Amino acid sequence: MANQNSSPPIQLFESRRKVFPQKIDGTFRRLKWLVMIIALGVYYTLPWLRWDRGPNAPDQAVLLDLEAKRFYFFFIELWPNEIYFVTGLMIAGAVSLFLINALFGRVWCGYACPQTVWTDLFVHIERLVEGDRNKQIRNDRSAWSINKITKKFVKHSAWILVAILTGGAWVFYFADAPTLFWDLVTGQASYIAYIWIGLLTCTTYLLGGIAREQVCTYMCPWPRIQAAMTDEDALNVTYRYDRGEPRGAHKKGTSWDNRGDCVDCNLCVSVCPMGIDIRNGTQLECIHCALCIDACSSIMDKIGRPTGLIAYDTEANIERRINKEQTGWRPLRPRVLVYAAVLAVVFIAMGSAYFSRKSLDLAVQRDRNPNFVVLSDGSIRNGYTIKVSNKTLEDQHYFLTLEGLSGHGFSEVGSQDNDIEAIHLVVPGNELLSTRVYVAAPSSNVKSHSMPISFVLTEQWGGPKYRVNDFFKGPDL
Amino acid sequence: MSDKDKPVIDEYSGVETTGHDWDGIQELNNPLPRWWLWSFYACILWAIVYWIFMPSWPLVQDYTRGALGYSQRTVVTNQLAALAEARADLGKKLLANEPEKIVHDKGLLEFAYAAGKTAFADNCAGCHGSGAGGAKGYPNLNDDDWLWGGSLEAIETSIRFGIRATHEETRFSDMPAFGVDELLEKEEISTLVTYLQGLSGQPITEPEVLEAGKLLFADNCASCHGDDAKGNREQGAPNLTDAIWLFGKDKKTIYETVHTGREGMMPAWDGRLDPVTIRALAVFIHTRGGGE
Repeated sequence: MANQNSSPPIQLFESRRKVFPQKIDGTFRRLKWLVMIIALGVYYTLPWLRWDRGPNAPDQAVLLDLEAKRFYFFFIELWPNEIYFVTGLMIAGAVSLFLINALFGRVWCGYACPQTVWTDLFVHIERLVEGDRNKQIRNDRSAWSINKITKKFVKHSAWILVAILTGGAWVFYFADAPTLFWDLVTGQASYIAYIWIGLLTCTTYLLGGIAREQVCTYMCPWPRIQAAMTDEDALNVTYRYDRGEPRGAHKKGTSWDNRGDCVDCNLCVSVCPMGIDIRNGTQLECIHCALCIDACSSIMDKIGRPTGLIAYDTEANIERRINKEQTGWRPLRPRVLVYAAVLAVVFIAMGSAYFSRKSLDLAVQRDRNPNFVVLSDGSIRNGYTIKVSNKTLEDQHYFLTLEGLSGHGFSEVGSQDNDIEAIHLVVPGNELLSTRVYVAAPSSNVKSHSMPISFVLTEQWGGPKYRVNDFFKGPDL
Repeated sequence: MSDKDKPVIDEYSGVETTGHDWDGIQELNNPLPRWWLWSFYACILWAIVYWIFMPSWPLVQDYTRGALGYSQRTVVTNQLAALAEARADLGKKLLANEPEKIVHDKGLLEFAYAAGKTAFADNCAGCHGSGAGGAKGYPNLNDDDWLWGGSLEAIETSIRFGIRATHEETRFSDMPAFGVDELLEKEEISTLVTYLQGLSGQPITEPEVLEAGKLLFADNCASCHGDDAKGNREQGAPNLTDAIWLFGKDKKTIYETVHTGREGMMPAWDGRLDPVTIRALAVFIHTRGGGE
């Protein structure tokens, strides 16, 4: 304890340092505005788009109808058993992320990620109410006053309004938008809709308004994965230290010899929504939003130096410039080709699966308890549950027949006809029909304890046959 | 303040330690994270609000009911009542309709099948098996052989009043114990068993006794099982010429049946289950494949 007061205590924990990103204009800022308008535009208007599917189906272009268990996406209609398309879409999404990362780094994080888009929107609202960076800092440090309280109140109210609109738009994807909108306004919508709006209002407000860059730094797994997947040939937002160092203030009219182009103006730090210094190199917190490029370019223009001190560049190029070699970008690298190939395979598989999918599904489930029944004349009977999904919108007539068992009797529960050749099934449009059938055969025709048989479904007016293989069980011989 | 009570400060971090020391390693006494502490306070507050509005504290005879008067028992009771109300219409239709119509009306059949399936699992599966496949002495309800009839009405009567049950309208039959009561000699029973095995198409070892067996059958069995041995549903006498044997078709089992008699028992469900459930059960069993 002797030197207890002599050495300064080390802080083991650092509390969050609030980030006040400064406003900046430039090429990439304008690109970000464009992406934001498109992203938010799609998000808010998509559920309102109509798509005519005929009289028996909803006319909403994109609809996740959980109650009817159907997913509509323009001309695509998916049933619950086709959930693998969603799996495929997720795999495609992940591989796209890898591919784009190998080419252009974290452009997803910088421009299109919902966290980025909404945070950007919230930051903009904050600036409109409280002013730019310096005013915000001053306002934050000042004592509480009517003015300060008013500003904070207006800001948070605006944020919550945006959050409510965000949550409100979400539920329109799950029900007919115009109907639900009217129900929501008149207070007649299901409480689940209100709960979801409330939940998403909270998450939007908390993640976009309060947590902001902490979501990317602490909550999102992608920066960690990305760090492991990037390489020296990926285009990242890069401070060209080979050109910038040694940095320092520069007096107008003095020489630029023997010094770097960085005038240490700190504007790249001020505009950063993540509160980092890009000149420390590529780092986990950096979402590569390129706002520091705009900031640096504006300064370079002012002091008459070429822009691009901070730019989309690769690690490899910096090395090459230091070694006085020709710079360039190598997009066709093995990893890029592999990702592209995987992506193509996923899309081809999904596309062929979708376009070769049938308008009908036939499933047969054999009774397993009991496996078979001995009838009074000694013949053997098996029971089956037949499920037919009609994926068209019209009623369909089918004939169900059996192959592979001689001398069998065939009957449907609830039907007046017994021992018929073919069972006539009428399946209403867009529905699943479930029925039980019995197959009986004289014991002399049951040649083994498990005989392969097939159920064949034929459309009444011809067309393809659907076949499902199953077994006919009998006693051990 | 004595020296012992003085807080020990860690020299590197400036944080108070717990004063514990393990081989020179000291434990820092960092404060709880603020988010944790506030969540904890919020939970305490929530608990107090909960005590006021919801049932919570047990008392000696009772419990605190809470301002909202919420009770899970009431919720379930209401849900059951709502369910019963929702089903009342279908149930009425089920009782009002001719059995023929029920079996061929898809909507009613579906309702009865679903209700019957549940009721079967709860009440019948114990003896007849979860797939209604039966067991020795417990009839297989999937086949087309019926002691008391396989029409919907006959099945319903069997369920309602039972077989050899306590209900006064119960169905009753009596297979005599020919051996135990010394109605037949051992030799005669053996002869009869051989004859019965032949009747149902089983291979037999002593064809020479068939004539004697036929006479014995006519004298002792035909009154109930019929001259053609096809049984009599009025008395619940089984058909002895088919492939289905409730207790077993081997020589030893048939001998035992004739020697000791059989007295299977099916409980009466009238009064224990409501009429709709019994009708649903009858439909369920009827559609297992053997219904007539």
